[in-house]
Amino acid sequence: MSILVDKNTKVLTQGITGSTGQLHTRGCRDYGTQMVAGVTPGRGGTDFEGIPIFNTVMEAVAETGANASVIYVPPPFAADAIMEAVDAEVALVICITEGIPVLDMVRVKRYLAGKKSRLIGPNCPGVITPGECKIGIMPGYIHTPGAIGVVSRSGTLTYEAVHQLTQLGIGQSSCVGIGGDPVNGTGFIDVLRLFQDDPQTEGVVLIGEIGGSAEEAAAAFIKEHMTKPVAAFIAGQTAPKGKRMGHAGAIIAGGKGTAAEKVQAFRDAGVAIISSPAEMGKTMAAALG
Amino acid sequence: MNIHEYQAKEILRKNGVAVLDGRVATTPDEAEAAAKELGGGLCVVKAQIHAGGRGKAGGVKLAKTPQEARAHATALLGSTLVTHQTGPEGKEVQKIFVEQGCDIDQEFYLGMVIDRATARVTVMASSEGGVEIEEVAERSPEKILRATIDPAVGFGDFQGRQLAYGLGLPKDSVNKAVAFMRGLYRAFSESDASMAEINPLVLTKSGDLVALDAKMGFDDNALFRHADIREMRDVTEENEKEVAASKFDLNYIALDGNIGCMVNGAGLAMATMDIIKHYGAEPANFLDVGGGATTEKVTEAFKIILSDENVKGVLVNIFGGIMRCDVVANGVVEAAKQVNLSVPLVVRLEGTNVELGKTILAESGLDIIPADDLADGAKKIVEAIGA
Repeated sequence: MSILVDKNTKVLTQGITGSTGQLHTRGCRDYGTQMVAGVTPGRGGTDFEGIPIFNTVMEAVAETGANASVIYVPPPFAADAIMEAVDAEVALVICITEGIPVLDMVRVKRYLAGKKSRLIGPNCPGVITPGECKIGIMPGYIHTPGAIGVVSRSGTLTYEAVHQLTQLGIGQSSCVGIGGDPVNGTGFIDVLRLFQDDPQTEGVVLIGEIGGSAEEAAAAFIKEHMTKPVAAFIAGQTAPKGKRMGHAGAIIAGGKGTAAEKVQAFRDAGVAIISSPAEMGKTMAAALG
Repeated sequence: MNIHEYQAKEILRKNGVAVLDGRVATTPDEAEAAAKELGGGLCVVKAQIHAGGRGKAGGVKLAKTPQEARAHATALLGSTLVTHQTGPEGKEVQKIFVEQGCDIDQEFYLGMVIDRATARVTVMASSEGGVEIEEVAERSPEKILRATIDPAVGFGDFQGRQLAYGLGLPKDSVNKAVAFMRGLYRAFSESDASMAEINPLVLTKSGDLVALDAKMGFDDNALFRHADIREMRDVTEENEKEVAASKFDLNYIALDGNIGCMVNGAGLAMATMDIIKHYGAEPANFLDVGGGATTEKVTEAFKIILSDENVKGVLVNIFGGIMRCDVVANGVVEAAKQVNLSVPLVVRLEGTNVELGKTILAESGLDIIPADDLADGAKKIVEAIGA
């Protein structure tokens, strides 16, 4: 068991002919992921290293039975690409693209209401179930199959956490990057619920950062619904107010969204607090008891 | 990206939001001429800087005649204004805005932001005008009225009426308020704003509503489709190093400490700052070189970090996923040579092509301190600068 993706997941790449799309489609296929189709409007009928390319997602799904889509389409066209996948009823849509205008995502989020798809991202590394299926840009080799779920707003900091776990001999059930944008598809709570319900997952590492109140909401959910141990790190404890720290969503605005508030919320929820980013693995190990 | 008051008012005017007539000026002569053009009567001379709290800091002056406007302009232009938002170093006034006066009956607050929890634009209105909204939220949250806008429908007149009646506006002004808010939402959504604030929104003695001050911020990710707004950028209002970094697509933010950092990924960059602090020192900057960094980009990043005189040592922390460690290593070596590196440099590499990267560093002949992991890297740089 795992969450969201496994060895049966059939993936299509939107933006398969761009350099990023090519690089990571190859990387995911080499990891063992079933890459069944690509979509680039105008390139239908051709193929990428044997993977058939279609003009539309609708067609790709009808022909190949793809049930997940990964999007590398450039920012100006990414919102439209997400909605195309949702319209084609692709169950899982993962958007890697960084830099999508926020108001585009506001419209996408509205469009998603009542639809059958789940969106992960944008501005995220993707989702991986070690040893089974990798969808996205994370380096596959740092992962090990196991029992810890990882959910994070960050990319490379997630790799850091996974690397530390693997070094300690602790494997991962699934790792989900929810993305660093202020408006995203799937939040911490949805992923925590999936981990709580997944029999393979025994504990969760949660990596948040400054800005917004998603961590506080996650803390309330953990307190109420989680029986599995959770260890949490909040990046940006030293970040100044009013400055956007790289991620569009990482900003302390109007005195709200500080790391201190988030850490307190997690502490109140009984979460194991990771005080140094070098101790993400160790803290999780200790919390497992 | 932020803009000046006079620029925000230009955008508002185009969208049918009521603003007062005004002119921007960069010399006392222009200020006097502007006051004459505005009728020669009462006008207000306002310093244009990207910070709130100008009034309290003495940056907003009333002038009864064009000669007075000239005198205020002479005093303000070139002066440094220190407000609670500028920091102690303040900001130099390079432009002023000369605006018509008006008869104020009441002051309100009107703002729009993207609310992350609902993933929609939220309108906030309050009868506590002229006060910072955070203060009102703290002291009397019940005085902030809210409406959430459905992006598929846009701003509903009914929402405008709810807010207008809620603010206690006289009945003859309600429809004016609705039109004002409708225009503000149009300006917000069509320019991809991230924030718009009218504080105060004024009810004049004749029952009109007008934006006395206006602040707008924009989504950097959407600037590609707004050439007109890109042109409004005033780089003199921004940190010099941050501007230089943005030219190379680097995310750099200047901080007060003395350990320069170069990291890939925003989350890891923040975590690296945090761990420096954890070991008792302070980071000099936030710097995310991004995923697709080239040798050239790494070199530029290095130059920017070292142009900060406070930097006593540099920590490079790279977890290569897309980014290859050998590329980073080449960039570091190249940059260290170009800038004649004279401060301690600790490099922690992990991920794709890590061994090749480490070899490049070791064989460079440069005095680079290698680190095994995040904690090791932070400890070593803190030790190296003797903090």
